[in-house]
Amino acid sequence: MTTLANGFKVIGTRPIRHDGVDKVTGRAIYGADMQMAGLLHGRILRSPIPHGIIKSIDVSKALALPGVEAIVTSAELTDPGNRIAELGEGAVNLKDLSSNCLARGKVHYKGQAVAAVAAVSPNIAEEALKLIVVDYQTLPHVTDVRAAMRDDAPLLHDDQVTESLGQPTGKHSNIAKHIQFKKGDIDEGFKQAAVVVEREFHTATVHQGYIEPHNATALWNADGTVTIWCSTQGAFSVRAQVAELLAMPVSRIKVVPTEIGGGFGGKIRVYLEPVAAALSKKTGKPVKITMNRADVFEATGPTPGSYIKVKMGADKDGKLVAAQAYLAYEAGAFPGSPIGPGAMCIFACYDIPNVHIDGYDVVVNKPATSAYRAPGATNAAFASETIVDELCEKLKIDPLDFRIKNGAREGTRRADGPIFPLVGLVETLEVAKRHSHFLSERQGDKETRRQGDEKMGSSPCLLVSLSHPLLPRGRGVASGFWFNCGLKSSASASVNSDGTVSLVEGSTDIGGSRTGIAMQLAEALGIRADEVRPVVGDTDAVGYCDVTGGSRVTFATGWAAYEAAQDIKRQMITRAAFIWSVTSEEVAYENGSLRCLVDDTKRLTFKELAEKLHATGGTIVGRASVDPQGVGGAFATHIVDVEVDSDTGKVTILRYTAVQDVGKAIHPSYVEGQIQGGAVQGIGWALNEEYFYNDQGTMANASFLDYRMPTSLDLPMIEAVLVEVANPGHPYGVRGVGEVPIVPPPAAIANAIYNAIGIRMEELPMSPGRVMAKLLAKKRA
Amino acid sequence: MALVWIPPLLRDLTGGKETATATGQNVDQVIVALEQQFPGMRVRLSPDGVLRPGIAVVVDGQVGRFGLLESVGPDSEVHFLPAIGGG
Repeated sequence: MTTLANGFKVIGTRPIRHDGVDKVTGRAIYGADMQMAGLLHGRILRSPIPHGIIKSIDVSKALALPGVEAIVTSAELTDPGNRIAELGEGAVNLKDLSSNCLARGKVHYKGQAVAAVAAVSPNIAEEALKLIVVDYQTLPHVTDVRAAMRDDAPLLHDDQVTESLGQPTGKHSNIAKHIQFKKGDIDEGFKQAAVVVEREFHTATVHQGYIEPHNATALWNADGTVTIWCSTQGAFSVRAQVAELLAMPVSRIKVVPTEIGGGFGGKIRVYLEPVAAALSKKTGKPVKITMNRADVFEATGPTPGSYIKVKMGADKDGKLVAAQAYLAYEAGAFPGSPIGPGAMCIFACYDIPNVHIDGYDVVVNKPATSAYRAPGATNAAFASETIVDELCEKLKIDPLDFRIKNGAREGTRRADGPIFPLVGLVETLEVAKRHSHFLSERQGDKETRRQGDEKMGSSPCLLVSLSHPLLPRGRGVASGFWFNCGLKSSASASVNSDGTVSLVEGSTDIGGSRTGIAMQLAEALGIRADEVRPVVGDTDAVGYCDVTGGSRVTFATGWAAYEAAQDIKRQMITRAAFIWSVTSEEVAYENGSLRCLVDDTKRLTFKELAEKLHATGGTIVGRASVDPQGVGGAFATHIVDVEVDSDTGKVTILRYTAVQDVGKAIHPSYVEGQIQGGAVQGIGWALNEEYFYNDQGTMANASFLDYRMPTSLDLPMIEAVLVEVANPGHPYGVRGVGEVPIVPPPAAIANAIYNAIGIRMEELPMSPGRVMAKLLAKKRA
Repeated sequence: MALVWIPPLLRDLTGGKETATATGQNVDQVIVALEQQFPGMRVRLSPDGVLRPGIAVVVDGQVGRFGLLESVGPDSEVHFLPAIGGG
């Protein structure tokens, strides 16, 4: 193997992914592919109203339909009571979790599950749903965050009072939680400001939009154990949730994670798994439930709509002196919006001496929100990064220079208190400033524009831009931050007699992570990446792993693989010492080989020793379970060129560059893929994606036809620029990379639109209708 | 003694003080020490003998993994922040 300039042999290379052949030949097994003898098909009856009391459910006619084998309601799930449980990646209210799987006495959003049927065919199950009679008492509903905060708003939960870090408010409200951060003296800070900008922002509810709908197949065995196959970001989290909802020990539940067609945070909470298990228990047969797209939109967790008000001030030299924010996030039907991280991220890119932030978690009659890539941070950055751009304009300072001057760096105290360790925001800004994309702005004449377009090749945007060469164009920049996390991971690795290593790890592979993990094992052992065979194990096959989320897997599960490799190396040394009749201290493991320190003629390659293992004591298995600290936060800076059609309001992305501190790119292609995917999701959030609710509290666009996500035809190539500020807290310098690229796009695009047409956009999405409304208002003014 | 940054919503207990010092080898002992200075602190931070749900403790910049059992050094800096989950 060639050693790279940085000393690595495997890390930083781009081997073919281990699951590649299965994926491209269609042989990878996804949840909906599950087939087994006697399989029943489950379907869910969902609430037709956004808010109401369930007075009664009559299933007698449905049960009488030939082919129907069982029907369950919330009565079949154990009432967990109003309890909070730690389920791997945060606290969960079990009463809410249970009600979200099957409504318990009340429905809180249109689409909430009410009952479930298992039948011998999908069609019969669908027919049976029509025969279930539910008597609802309809209640007034509220779907807007600010309306829900009013004193006269309909209350979703009669027993809910605002939680304010344990301070009893005693007031019944849709405001579930109030959080606050303060730093310095906000009033004094604004007094020092030469320029102050204040605006209000609204962002729409958006969905992760994963291609593969939720699914679950459960088989309740005769011995009282249950096996569940499902598409999930965390098999152990599913096991823990099902155990709580069905009141059974985790040891009686096996969760088998199938390949996953996207999750982005939305496949952590259970929806179907306990229901399928309950149906299987009742019938004694395997039951499979899959959602359709409307189910996914209406009944799984999108990310919140929000209202944000931001005020920031800078002195005449362009130094930020004060920042204030008020954030209200829609939690959906049950408390739990990402208001915490939103409030913690909103000013995280900057070193600001005086800060005041208030955040509110507010329930509304919409689906309970779930995590979505850097939860809460994109909404927040849209507001703060738009304000920063306006400050730059007023101070006549280049937006990257302003950010470099004020940017957070090692030693900066965050608004929420802790001090940043080594981070790479400024490095991304410096790279962005030198990038050809940003430099071309300085020229800007029409001729340069055309040259730039030619460089963009065959992008469909080119056709648009050349056909309308006079349409206004603008460039915008924005930065973003996400914390990333560590959490618990496990891995075990067995040395095979042919010198390969079988690796079992427990992190659902989203985006090539099993290869990234295998590469870290290979690097540590000094073997090739294709000599490691990684698989994602089920909950009985591998030690506990937290969810694939928080940009943690390459960091933490990679660390577990690294430690498993160290375990293997120690055992290999012992084995070689045994063969050579020397002590372990007299054997060295170097570059994938073992060398006797007291007799230079004695050497064994990894493969040669692997061949001898069976005859010298048996297989070597390395294993590790880690819960690492040293998480490295991630910063990104994006540059975007847009063109705005002033006749239609349509915004076209002409060029997009995403610069990100990635710590150390284990497999650069997959890092680039994460950055491109995150940026595209951010672009969709910025320009088109939105839950439309009608007056009846019903989502009016619950299909991919009407919920407009960007496709490859809408976008140019996203150029990902990797900046490597190694994280000192990881053996290979890894930082999580998957979430932060979704943070800057809406703000960067809003700033580009402003530079094109002179209008500040304050609402997401910046759809043609909203842009036209602003253009017309400007004309009238 | 550890330096504890008092969450703004708890500063009603500290008379507005932003920070306080407290002795303790772990977070639980630090909270007990805070309680002696600022009665009412313990029930707000750790009712029922565990950290309040949704709260994370950050010691010297690292998110704690062991809740109230997280070690605290004599020169540590301690924060109580909203717990974060990623996507």
